[in-house]
Amino acid sequence: MISDFEYFSPRTIEEALELLSQYKEAAKVMAGGQSLLILMKQGLVTPKYVIDIKGISALNYIKLDRKEGLKIGCLATHRAIETAPVIRNGFNALTEMEQKLASVQIRTWGTIGGSLCHADPAGDPALLLIVLNGKLKVASSTNERTMAVEEFAKDYFETALEPDELLTEIMVPNPPPRTGTAYKKSSRTEAAYATVSVAVSITLSSKSKTCNDARIALGAVAPVAMRAKRAERVLVGRDIRGNLIKEAACIASEEAKPTSDMHASEEYKRELVRVLIERAAQEALGKAKRV
Amino acid sequence: MEKELNLTVNGKCYELTVEPNTLLLDIIRNDLGLTGTKKGCSSNSCGVCTVLVDDKPVLACSILAVVADGKEITTVEGLAEDGKLHPLQDAFIEYGAVQCGFCTPGMLLTAKALLDENPAPTENDVRQYLKGNLCRCTGYAKIIEAILGAAKEIGRRRTI
Repeated sequence: MISDFEYFSPRTIEEALELLSQYKEAAKVMAGGQSLLILMKQGLVTPKYVIDIKGISALNYIKLDRKEGLKIGCLATHRAIETAPVIRNGFNALTEMEQKLASVQIRTWGTIGGSLCHADPAGDPALLLIVLNGKLKVASSTNERTMAVEEFAKDYFETALEPDELLTEIMVPNPPPRTGTAYKKSSRTEAAYATVSVAVSITLSSKSKTCNDARIALGAVAPVAMRAKRAERVLVGRDIRGNLIKEAACIASEEAKPTSDMHASEEYKRELVRVLIERAAQEALGKAKRV
Repeated sequence: MEKELNLTVNGKCYELTVEPNTLLLDIIRNDLGLTGTKKGCSSNSCGVCTVLVDDKPVLACSILAVVADGKEITTVEGLAEDGKLHPLQDAFIEYGAVQCGFCTPGMLLTAKALLDENPAPTENDVRQYLKGNLCRCTGYAKIIEAILGAAKEIGRRRTI
């Protein structure tokens, strides 16, 4: 079962950072533990110290700033994000993504910060936060820095966090006017990790039907959530019609780098990318037109 | 190093000392002898270990016992009141929603959490909420009918 460890439950951010600066790589931070504990039960991760940050209420919040947008503390549970009216009303793609994430049991205890730090390439939040232009705040006892969500995951289960750093906040800017965002996911069962997931955000110009900006991200088809920039370029600056979306979807399918595994073959995953991008782009376009 | 723990389970207070690397599920089954909560996949997929922590559904195999300090836990043994079965339990029997029974405790508690939050769920609400509870026997149809039936019964009793 789980190997022995020394357990700390700091109540403040400062205490947690102090512990991290002391124990560094020998410690693992536990938020909801919904990803970490599976690895510990299987003996894949055996930290000498576990820093349980779930009791740090200062890291558990969902706030909307009129100018700067959404600010979500790393300990906000998936369930809290799923059910928050402020998110449903202004950032409903986040609501939809959370509804598709795992099960209600896991969403009740698991946190968005934990999910991002676990950096499973099939994880739901990262690719959506990328198309939403999300940023992350990361702190150590001596420093604080901000980075784009896109820069956070480095490889399978590896992030840009230094051994003494803690992810503290997720920031999502207010979407520009006439922006629609959609999240689509294909998985073997309803509560599973994605076999393939996609997120598409389309911003139309204020006067015309031209696409000012398109952001497309793919999940579970590369070591980290990835942007499909060639596919984006198909759409940007154009009047988006059906066949343009089909073209972008095909390009995204080529850009993806899936591997065959027990869930699906590489060929099928590419096909899933193509189909899901078509659906997501149509939905995002529809939402952008209605705003 | 052992930690002291205060747990309320089904309304009863327990003072325990546990090693930090102990799962809540093992405390419930082994230390407290409440074996209604089952151990299944140990990988957060099956839901048979579902308990309520402060009325919300959580996987007991996926949290450390120390994390439950000061919380109120409800297991399937805590559903009946004074020997009287909870309407959900009655409904599961009436609708034939129990075959081997292994998934049943988890199903009941997740369903209870659903009805506490949403007393009049649609079939889709039930399906979505119960996503994390797997059943190999029934094919789910009777379980869903039972939950919807229990919701009606609870609503009916409220108006009396």
